[in-house]
Amino acid sequence: MSTISIPKPQKPWKATPRQRVETGGILLVSLLLAILLVAVSPLKGKLGYVGAFVVIYLIIDYAVVRFNHGKSAGVDAFFRGLVTMAIGVAVLPIISIITAVVVRGYKGLHLSLFTTDMQNAAFTDENLSAGGLKHAIIGSILIVATALVISLPIGILTAIYMTEIRGRFTRPIKFLVQSMSGVPSIVAGLFILAAVVYPLTKFYSSFEGSLALAILMIPTIARTAEEVLLLIPQDLRESGVALGGTQWRTVQQIVLPAARSGLVTALILGVARVAGETAPVVLLTGGGDGTQWNIFKGPMGTLPTYIWKAFGSGTEASISRAWTGILVLLVIVLVLFGLARFLGGRKVK
Amino acid sequence: MSSVQVSERPALPEKRQLTTKPRFSDKVFRGVVTGGGLSSLLILGMIFIFLLYQGFSILHSQGLHFITTSDWNAAVDDNNVPIPSQSHFGIAAMLIGTLVCATIAVAIAVPISVFTALFLTFYAPSSVKKIMVTLVDLMAAFPSILYGLWGFFVLMPSAVYWAKLLNKFFGWIPFFSMQAPVFDRSPFVAGVVLSIMIIPIVTSIAREIFGQTPLDRIQAAYALGSTRWGMIRAVAFPYARSGIVGGAMLGLGRAMGETVAVYTVLNIVYQINWHVLLGAGGNVASMILMKFGEATPLEIKALMAAGLILFLVTLIVNSLADVIVSKSGKSGR
Amino acid sequence: MTDESENPEMETHVQPSSLAGIASAAEAKKAPGSSALGVGLEARNIHAWFGDKLALRDVSLDFWAGTVTALIGPSGCGKSTFIRTLNRMHEFIPTAAMAGEVLLNGTDIYAPGVDVTQIRLKVGMVFQKPNPFPSMTIAENVLAGLKLANLKVENKDDLLQECLERAGLWNEVKDRLNAHGGSLSGGQQQRLCIARSLAVRPQVLLMDEPCSALDPGSTLKVEETISHLSSSMTIIIVTHNMQQAARVSDYTAFFLSDGGPGELVEVGHTNEIFSRPKDTRTENYVTGRFG
Repeated sequence: MSTISIPKPQKPWKATPRQRVETGGILLVSLLLAILLVAVSPLKGKLGYVGAFVVIYLIIDYAVVRFNHGKSAGVDAFFRGLVTMAIGVAVLPIISIITAVVVRGYKGLHLSLFTTDMQNAAFTDENLSAGGLKHAIIGSILIVATALVISLPIGILTAIYMTEIRGRFTRPIKFLVQSMSGVPSIVAGLFILAAVVYPLTKFYSSFEGSLALAILMIPTIARTAEEVLLLIPQDLRESGVALGGTQWRTVQQIVLPAARSGLVTALILGVARVAGETAPVVLLTGGGDGTQWNIFKGPMGTLPTYIWKAFGSGTEASISRAWTGILVLLVIVLVLFGLARFLGGRKVK
Repeated sequence: MSSVQVSERPALPEKRQLTTKPRFSDKVFRGVVTGGGLSSLLILGMIFIFLLYQGFSILHSQGLHFITTSDWNAAVDDNNVPIPSQSHFGIAAMLIGTLVCATIAVAIAVPISVFTALFLTFYAPSSVKKIMVTLVDLMAAFPSILYGLWGFFVLMPSAVYWAKLLNKFFGWIPFFSMQAPVFDRSPFVAGVVLSIMIIPIVTSIAREIFGQTPLDRIQAAYALGSTRWGMIRAVAFPYARSGIVGGAMLGLGRAMGETVAVYTVLNIVYQINWHVLLGAGGNVASMILMKFGEATPLEIKALMAAGLILFLVTLIVNSLADVIVSKSGKSGR
Repeated sequence: MTDESENPEMETHVQPSSLAGIASAAEAKKAPGSSALGVGLEARNIHAWFGDKLALRDVSLDFWAGTVTALIGPSGCGKSTFIRTLNRMHEFIPTAAMAGEVLLNGTDIYAPGVDVTQIRLKVGMVFQKPNPFPSMTIAENVLAGLKLANLKVENKDDLLQECLERAGLWNEVKDRLNAHGGSLSGGQQQRLCIARSLAVRPQVLLMDEPCSALDPGSTLKVEETISHLSSSMTIIIVTHNMQQAARVSDYTAFFLSDGGPGELVEVGHTNEIFSRPKDTRTENYVTGRFG
C-alpha cells in the first residue's frame, strides 16, 4: 500500500485575496466619497470627515454584501462595521491623551526639574526651567509609600480571609470590598478630615493624605490579591495541611510564596490607582512648594497638587508646567502599569 | 402481642459535628486575618458615622430641604462668626447636576463599551485583542486630573462643536435648547469627559460577561445558519443583558463620584440647570472641592453632610450594580 | 408521509464519481427505499489540523440521501472532528485548518465565495448536550433558525407543529408552547433541538453523540425520531454506543487512531460491519476487545 502524501493544511474560511481587494475597494470608495461630500456640503472639520466616512462606508458595505449574499449577511456586515468603529472610538482618546501630554509637556522638561523645588520659583515664571518637581516627586513617593504601608497588610489580610479562611463573612466581605472600591475619592478625603484632622491633629500633614489614599488602595489590593490567591491550586494547600502543618504555616510558607509575584502586581496596581489621585491630597496635604521630608508635619507637595496648583494659576507658563507635571506622572503610571502587566504574566484571555 | 412486626428502618443518625481543637498559632492567625477581613466593614461604617457626626447638625436643622432646595447661604455676622439660624444649605442643584453629568456619561459610554466588548470578544483576532485590551485597561489607570486637563484643553473645542451641532439639529428637544450661546464648560462637556473615563470599566465588565457566553449556545446558533450578528442578538445579548445593566450602573457610580475631572471642565453654577449644553452645571463632589477652600466652620459641616449624601448615593448605586453583575454570572440567562 | 417531496432537487442527482475502494460499501448497495435520492453529501480526502497537529487523515465518505450513517470508533479517533468539517463548524477553533473537499449537491462547501450560513442552513447539526436557547420559549426555539437566518415562512404555526411532530415532541409540548425551553427534560430538550434544526429544512442532519447526555428512555425516543426522519433526509450520527449504531443506522463507518491522526478504517452496511467486518481492527472493536 502506498502512503498517501499529506496535502498542505488550508484555511478556506479566511478571506480570499479577491475579498480583501473588495474590502479595500469599498474603503477607498467610501473615503473618496466622504472627501467629496465634505467638499460640496456644509459639513466641515474632522468630525465631518469621520462622520461622512463612517456613514458612507457602512451604507456601501451593507449594500454590496446584501446584493451578493442577501439581507442577513448585509445586516451582519453593517454591524461588523459598526463594532469595528466602536473600538476606534474607544481607543482614540488614549492616543489623543498621550499625544497631548507629550506634545504639551515636553517643553517644560529640563534637567533641574528633578533637583529643584518651587520654594524660590513661581508657577507663572515665564522661564520654564526655573523651579522643579523635586518636592512633588519626593512628596508623592512618601505619601504613596506611607499609604502602602497601611493598606498592603489590610488588603492582603482581606484577600487571605476571602481565600483561605472562607468563613461565613466571605461573601459579605467580598461585597463590601467591591462597594469600597466605589467610594468617591473626595469622600475618603472628607472622612479623614472628619475623623482625624478636626478631632485630633487640627493641622494638615501628608500622613492624613496617606490615610485617605490607603482607603482607596485597600479594595484594589484586596481584589487583585484575592484573584492571585485563588489561582494557587487547592492541592498545594491540602498537601501543606496533610503534612501536619498548621494553617498559618501553610499560608505563610506555601501559599504566599507561591503567589509572590502576583502579590507584587497587586501592590503595583494599588500604587498606580492612587499615584495620580488629586482630590484627597488637595484637601489634606496642604500642597506645599518646598521639599518636605516629615510626613507628620506641615504641608507637603505632591505631583497631583503641583499640577493642580499650576493649572489653577492659569497663565500660559503655569499651564505649561502643569502639562510637564502630567507628563512625569503619566510616565510613572505607564511604568507601573507595564510592570504590573509584566509580573502579572499577561492575564489577557 | 403479635410476634411479627415489620421493623422500621432505623432512623438516620445525627450528623456528627466535625470539630478540632485549633492550635494556638492558628487561633491567632484566624483572628488576625478575620480582623483584617472585617476592616472594609469597619472603614465603610466609620465613614458613615464620622460624616454623619460632622454633618448631623446641618442635616437636622435643614431637614429634607438639604436635598430639595438649592440655597447655599452661610450667613455670618460682622465678626465673621457664622449664624446657623440664618444659614440655609441645600444641594438639590448639585445632586441634579451630578445625575445629569453621570447620565450623559453613561448614555455615551455604554453603547461604545458594549460594541467595543463585542468586537474584542467575537470579532478581533487574538493579536489585535491583546493590544486593545491592554490599551483599554491602561485607560482605566490614567489619573483623573489627566482626564481633566485633557478634557479642558483638547476635548473641549471639539465637544463645543458637537454641542453646537446638537443644538442646531435637536434644539427643539428641551434638554438641547439654549437661552444664551455659552457652550463652554457645560454638563455636556463634563459628561463626554466622564464617559471616556468610565468606558474602561464598562467595557471590561461587558467583555467578561460576553466571554462567558456558553459555547454550546453559540455553536447552536451558528449551526442554524446564523450570521455572527444574528448569533450575538439571539445568544450573547440575552445572556449578557443584566450584566451589562450592572456594568452601566457601576459606570454611573464612578461618574457620580468623580471630582477633579468634573471640577476642571465644568463651570460650577449653583442653580438647577436641565439644559445640558449650557455652560453651567454642578456635581456634588466638585462642589465640595470648590467650596472647601474658603469655607466657614459651619459650611464645612454642610459640606460633610453633602459628602455623606454623595457617599450613600454612590454606595447604593455601586452595591446594586455589584449584585446585578454577580447574579448575572451565575444564573446563565 | 409526504416528506420525500420536500427536496425535489435531490432526485435528479447523478451518481457520484467512484472513489476507489474507500467508499466502496456505500456504493455497493443502497438501503431500500432510498434508491431515488442519490448521494446527499460527499466528503473527499478530508484532512483536519489543530495547529500543527494532524487530527484527521484522508477521509473520503459518501452519504446517501434517505439513509442514516453512523460514525463509530474510540474517543479521539477524529469522528467528531470529521462531522464538524461537514457543515464548517470546524473553523470555529482558531488554530484549525483543513484540506480536501465536501460536496453538497455537487458543489464544494469550502469553495471561495460560498456563503457559510447557507451551508449551515442545508446541513443542520444537533450537539452532544441539549442546548436550547434558554431565553426563548419552546415555540421560539423551534423557529429560532428562521429568525436567525431571516427566512420568511407563510404559516409559522403549521411549520411549528410539523417540526415538533417530526421530532416526536408535539404531543408532549403542544399545550405549553410558550413555556421556556429550559423547563423540558433533557431528552425533550434534545428533541426540541432536533425540531429546531428541522425548521430551516436542512438536507442533511449531523448528530454529534446526541444521546450521550440522555437517560435510556430519552435515548429511545430520540432514536425513534431518527428513524422517522431518515426517510426524508441524510442523517450522519456520531456515537460511542455500538448498540445504538446497530439500531438506527443503515451504514456504519469505523474510525480509528493509532495515536496519530484519526483515519477511516472501514465503511459498509451496518449489519455487515457488525457481523462480517473485513478489517480485524473493526472486528476487535465491534466485539468489544478494546475501545
